[in-house]
Amino acid sequence: MRLLAAALRSPAAVLGLAIVAVFLFVSLFAPFIAPYDPLKTIAPLQLPGASAPDGGHFWLGTDLLGRDILSRMIYGTRTVLLWSTIATAAAFAAGVLAGLLAGYFQGVTDTVMSFLANTLLSFPVMVLYIIIITSFGASGTNIVVAVGFGSAPVVFRITRALVMDVRERDYVAAAITQGESHLAVMLREILPNVTTPLIADLCLRLGYTAITIGVLGFLGLGLPPPTPDWGSMAAEGKAMAIAFPHMVIFPCVAISLLMLGLSLLSDGLREAAKRQVRT
Amino acid sequence: MLATMLAVSFIVFAALEHNIEDVATHVLGQFATADQRHSWLRENGYFDPFLVRYLRWLYGFVSGNWGVSTHFKEPVRALIADYLWQSALLAGLSLLLMVPLALALGVLAGMREGSLLDRAISILSIATTSIPQFASAVFLSVVFVFWLGLLPGASAMTSGFEWKEMVMPVMVLTLAGAGYLARMTRASMVEVMASPYIRTAQMKGASFARIVLRHALRNALVAPVTVIMLYIPWLLSNVIVVEAYFGYRGFGTLIYTASLQHDVYLIEAGTMVAVIAVVGTQLLSDLANVWLNPRVDFATPVSTKATL
Repeated sequence: MRLLAAALRSPAAVLGLAIVAVFLFVSLFAPFIAPYDPLKTIAPLQLPGASAPDGGHFWLGTDLLGRDILSRMIYGTRTVLLWSTIATAAAFAAGVLAGLLAGYFQGVTDTVMSFLANTLLSFPVMVLYIIIITSFGASGTNIVVAVGFGSAPVVFRITRALVMDVRERDYVAAAITQGESHLAVMLREILPNVTTPLIADLCLRLGYTAITIGVLGFLGLGLPPPTPDWGSMAAEGKAMAIAFPHMVIFPCVAISLLMLGLSLLSDGLREAAKRQVRT
Repeated sequence: MLATMLAVSFIVFAALEHNIEDVATHVLGQFATADQRHSWLRENGYFDPFLVRYLRWLYGFVSGNWGVSTHFKEPVRALIADYLWQSALLAGLSLLLMVPLALALGVLAGMREGSLLDRAISILSIATTSIPQFASAVFLSVVFVFWLGLLPGASAMTSGFEWKEMVMPVMVLTLAGAGYLARMTRASMVEVMASPYIRTAQMKGASFARIVLRHALRNALVAPVTVIMLYIPWLLSNVIVVEAYFGYRGFGTLIYTASLQHDVYLIEAGTMVAVIAVVGTQLLSDLANVWLNPRVDFATPVSTKATL
């Protein structure tokens, strides 16, 4: 919290937080904000602002199947935020745990885990995602698995380097000499001292995951239809982009904005963390 | 490194051929009967133990026998060579554009930290890195293809090679990649400009241009230049989206089509080629770092420090 307060002294970080907060709000209250059912066919290929049969308006138009784009975008926020949070959390849980163990015990544990991480990192990320999703099919769970395999090794490396640094400190040596268990030293002495840089990375990685989900959706490897998902909306709209550019533009704007918000916030957090270390 | 390659090959093989029934279905098509699948599997030695099959496949890969693509009905090796060349052209052109642009912007931003120019460049680079490639492809298409009608919206090159069709994909890749490199260069430049030897040069009365060009540049460019190598894995990932979007017939489209068509042998060989490229560039980037920076510590390779 103090870190967040420190980060918010920069106007860019405030803007970032505001953008993220708006998306969060929209996703939480989607059923109250969305004017129509995102899956219901109403009137196909309406332009933005066209009036709806029930007297309302399709502010962002409708898609090929006659579904209201605004409502699909609003529910799509839910899809993106939900799955990217789950996937990022899974990647972080695995990466931080492995990094903590490798950095603390070092030796064989470290050698084995670093080898595994290096192996996974030698795949170009998209190729890794494609292999996983082709072999196991496209579903939310498999997206989590794919992102986990793609991101956990990076989180592992960051955590491991941080832990190795902290482990040499006197207070860790003191705790070990006092006879505290390995688990207690790791959780009480080391973990709290590595969280700050990890939080900044968490923010950025959340954005990367959102993009990944968008890209997979765009390539037709994401969540199966009719789930409203920005990536697949953009892909559906792409075929008709010449006549109806609105179908493809809005989802693209949304995902870019979300990523922008998260990277601004992450930048602010990282700067604040640096300042904290200095003082 | 060889151990990494072996582990990768094992993972690839296990992921794609752990279920032999699936392999038979993908190779023979959905309409083959169970008997046909069974005899195909027996003829091709699929009932051998898993390890035997893996070693046979690995031997085949090493000796250049990569099988025949089930979707394209062509030898995998020729296909990959052909499409990879197209991607190399695309990636090469974008690097050629991206690197000087990003380095110049980074140096301009970093030489006076906090200046208006610095702020503007930083915002621009954050914004461009935030936009996923398919979105920037859409934005650029809307402007250059639909509104202005200047450029073709697809790059399938159906009637031979066409420079015009290269512009959009190269632009999208450059835009997406330049931001990160510019930010790295800026950070490195800021650090160098704050170092004592620059202050010495200032007190000697050297002009600002001389300080930047003669004193700061060489040291500031060490970190970004070693990172450029890591752009090759990044490009291998990102050409998939860009090529799929524009229908450009390169390595990315090949892998993507292979995965949609469950073209097992093509995915296997394609992945191995991609991984060899990644591991190779990591090695090159470590070597570049040693060459540019004599103070380098050999214990921690750069490729383990920076990840795109």
